[in-house]
Amino acid sequence: MAWEMVVGLEVHAQLLTDTKIFCGCSARFGAEPNSQVCPVCMGLPGALPVLNRKVVEYTLKVALATHCRVAPFSRFARKNYFYPDLPKGYQISQYELPILEHGWLEVTGADGGAKRIGITRIHMEEDAGKLLHPETPGADYSLVDLNRACVPLIEIVSEPDIRSPKEAAEYVRRLREILVYLGVCDGNMNEGSLRVDANVSVRPKGETRLGTRTEIKNLNSFKFLEQALAYEAERQIDLLETGGEVVQETRLFDTQKGITLSMRSKEEAHDYRYFPDPDLPPVVIDPAWIERVQADLPELPDDKRRRFQDEHGLPAQDADLLCQSRDLADYFEAAVRLHHNPKAVANWIMGYVLRELNKEGAPPITEAPVTPEHLAGMLDLVRKGEISTNIAKTVFDEMWATGKPPEVVVEEKGLRQITDTSAIEALVDEVLARNPKEVEAYRAGKTKLLGFFVGQVMRATKGKADPQAVNRLVREKLGAGP
Amino acid sequence: MGIPREDVLHVARLARLDLTDEEIKGFAGQLSAILDYVAKLDELDLSDTEPMAHVHEAVNAFREDRVRPPLGQETVLANAPEAEDGCFRVPKVIEA
Amino acid sequence: MDLVGRTIRELRAFLDRGEVTSEDLVRAYLDRIEGWNPRINAYITVTAELALEMARAADRRIRSGQAGPLTGIPVGLKDLLITEGVRTTCGSRILEGFVPPYDGTVVARLRQAGAVFLGKLNMDEFAMGSSNETSAFGPVRNPWDPERVPGGSSGGSAAAVAAGLAAAALGSDTGGSIRQPAALCGVVGLKPTYGRVSRYGLVAFASSLDQIGPLTADVADAGWVLEAIAGHDPLDSTSIDRPVPALRDLQPEVRGLRVGVPREYFIEGLDPEVEAAVRRAVGVLEDLGAEVREVSLPHTGYAVATYYLIAPAEASSNLARYDGVKYGLRVAGEDLIDTYRKTRAAGFGPEVKRRIMLGTYALSAGYYDAYYLKAQKVRARVAEDFRRAFQQVDVIACPTTPTPAFRLGEKVDDPLQMYLNDIFTIPANLAGLPGINVPCGFTAQGLPMGFQLLAGPFEEEILLRAAYAYEQAAGIKRPKPALG
Repeated sequence: MAWEMVVGLEVHAQLLTDTKIFCGCSARFGAEPNSQVCPVCMGLPGALPVLNRKVVEYTLKVALATHCRVAPFSRFARKNYFYPDLPKGYQISQYELPILEHGWLEVTGADGGAKRIGITRIHMEEDAGKLLHPETPGADYSLVDLNRACVPLIEIVSEPDIRSPKEAAEYVRRLREILVYLGVCDGNMNEGSLRVDANVSVRPKGETRLGTRTEIKNLNSFKFLEQALAYEAERQIDLLETGGEVVQETRLFDTQKGITLSMRSKEEAHDYRYFPDPDLPPVVIDPAWIERVQADLPELPDDKRRRFQDEHGLPAQDADLLCQSRDLADYFEAAVRLHHNPKAVANWIMGYVLRELNKEGAPPITEAPVTPEHLAGMLDLVRKGEISTNIAKTVFDEMWATGKPPEVVVEEKGLRQITDTSAIEALVDEVLARNPKEVEAYRAGKTKLLGFFVGQVMRATKGKADPQAVNRLVREKLGAGP
Repeated sequence: MGIPREDVLHVARLARLDLTDEEIKGFAGQLSAILDYVAKLDELDLSDTEPMAHVHEAVNAFREDRVRPPLGQETVLANAPEAEDGCFRVPKVIEA
Repeated sequence: MDLVGRTIRELRAFLDRGEVTSEDLVRAYLDRIEGWNPRINAYITVTAELALEMARAADRRIRSGQAGPLTGIPVGLKDLLITEGVRTTCGSRILEGFVPPYDGTVVARLRQAGAVFLGKLNMDEFAMGSSNETSAFGPVRNPWDPERVPGGSSGGSAAAVAAGLAAAALGSDTGGSIRQPAALCGVVGLKPTYGRVSRYGLVAFASSLDQIGPLTADVADAGWVLEAIAGHDPLDSTSIDRPVPALRDLQPEVRGLRVGVPREYFIEGLDPEVEAAVRRAVGVLEDLGAEVREVSLPHTGYAVATYYLIAPAEASSNLARYDGVKYGLRVAGEDLIDTYRKTRAAGFGPEVKRRIMLGTYALSAGYYDAYYLKAQKVRARVAEDFRRAFQQVDVIACPTTPTPAFRLGEKVDDPLQMYLNDIFTIPANLAGLPGINVPCGFTAQGLPMGFQLLAGPFEEEILLRAAYAYEQAAGIKRPKPALG
């Protein structure tokens, strides 16, 4: 029997605000334990939450980028459960009235065409703290750090529209790209700024009802996401084909073994007892607010890709690559504004700038020592014939190493192209005089030796001569050839 | 309407309360009596009434995204029954 | 000069004229507390050192001419108001050893005003009770008859003011917890409009109902204290940004004021002496020129049932933070969950457990619609009743409690009977309205009685004016319990 997998994803994205969602503590990652904690986020008696306006604004940006409907009236609810990383004994989240609903994202479907993945809802909530498990032998305790407690998250819940691990990964990639473009999330999956849970089921192809699903928690890389989904679908199909049944449960992905495992817990089934949080008045969004956010919205990746093809005449592949991040695209456009040859700029960025960055562990392009201005300046020098393409590579390396502008590098290193024909002529004469045998052979018909002579001259000029001029002069001196 | 013992136990588990047998019996009876009393709300036809979650119509209470000073690690942990390495110490958590 | 049992205004005058210092005052109050508190148990914690230190600071301020209305006035705080550096128990074992690292907004405002904190006042555990018998620190006794309860949950606050153990006190009112003990102890107790006073630093019982307010010797004092603590607070999202009216210069003027008397409040179970006293009080207002008419609040009979779903549900969530991880009591168990269960079992008393159980049940899967959601709908109906009534009248006059103070132990075994004691106070909490208990005489047995005035949202000025006019005209003697 042919089977198909059905996947819906729940993505938690940490918002890049300066402070937490309900208090003024810093939301930055990596501080000393419990150093970014106040009465509100540690759940002291009497403390009360106050919503960070920026969290709402960021969420509205996401709404516009994911075609969601903004609820004119939404509110927060308490999700009640006990856990040591949850200082109040409840998480402030949204339940029956989330701020965003009914959106979609486009991915490339199995047939290569565009496919829409529905977004059921997006809601705002607070993160929990962090549990640490000391590895000292016999340690029968855990430690709680509340720095992360109350950090703002949005949870993005997709429809069960995804049909393959690849599609799932692409959906997350697109989503991540949008969030990073909007500047609302850093997209860092290692540090947990983006966390993915997957609901997976399988059904015979053609069947329209959904099968029993399992939920796989914490798939925190694209690789693990794809592996886990492939494994889980296979496991469910095996079960069903051998007369077994899929049990609705939460499973964990074992990254070592590449398998999913049941998280059988002796805990009773969860009953979160959601109810509207009486401490937080409703959030009401008027159209004017949405318009203000819209006016402030950056160009989104899909629009940018299209424009890079139309306006800059780039091939789809180049546009795709350059639009991976807003900074990279901005870098490209900054250089193109100064040097009006988009393809040349694109080639240099993809071939050299990204290669060098990757060597250094792929820091963001804003940290590249060669600025767009310097890159454009260097390409201007090539176009004006002041340096050769070959020399340009030397100039680039030097700019990368020192951060100096191209004119300075060319000047200091004496790399300006030799365009004085008489100087080149003298060098050609010298080379021919030093190599009588090769001259003889050339004239006898071994024309391949032309390259040898040109190379000798170029070496003598340390590459600064115009190779075409050298070529022409060598030919002339050797005669038209045999 | 009596509340079965299992329901009392279920609620006690949800609320993380360790109850004695006597308490379970007592609560079963008292909760039943209270729930019988509140059943008088069923006399009302509420089909056209919106639930009231907040008494005022005020909405959108926001704060600006500005950092305020934290308590400091020492103060945060000052009331903790157990602390270690700048953290609250708790019985081992089997990670879900 | 007798310093205790005075109003804030009298003390203010003494202080401003330099006839006494705040330190003198505090010493007098501390002496009285020492003598009386062992008998009535109004204070859980007496902060004598702190009080003297604050008094000396207040005296410096008074001498420099910087005194505000409350500078140097000794007050007591219900022990669910968070006080930096002073243990805050909420009348519970679960907060054992807890010393807060911050001040609540109201406490901070009183500090800035220069008020002096005598200590933390006894209360029903987590404000859950109507008799102060659920306190982990023992019951408070009614200063008028130590065999009787002072009411609750702000029983310590009411008893302290009645017995002259504080010039004024703060309490909190979720279903009547200021007004009911005020009535039973013969003092003024004011519950402001929900959102009028910040809840930041008030340990939550039921967040959509809780409100801090003053318990004072007379109506004018209540205005003084309310003015000092009221106003918008950016730290409480439910506090409302509206100007606070001037409340320190009330005019006893009620001519033309429309006073509604709700027929649903005069029911079977209302003590005849209380009913007569309330009707007399209404008569006094009428004699002063108020227009009295009957009004109807048809959902009154459903308010207690509604309250006993909403308040425990919110409480079950608010009290989840007491898990022995960050502060307070911890009782070690076999594992984490067992530790939670043992800690909470040992830390909470029976009434708190009962309400946590009830609230958890009302919110649990399958019951939410039948209980919590339904209660929210009835709450809307109760609020609507008042909205309509306040289109016809300016204030509503009614009993505060069905009976005068009852005996200790009389109702502890019957939670429902205890809950029904709040039948006249709960509706104002459900609707978020301001209400005040005004003493209106004594029973034949010498127990104080009070009547209640209610007003529309943020109409505290009208409420206090009506209460003040009554108080001036009735000439009820300020309470002086015979004890001691």
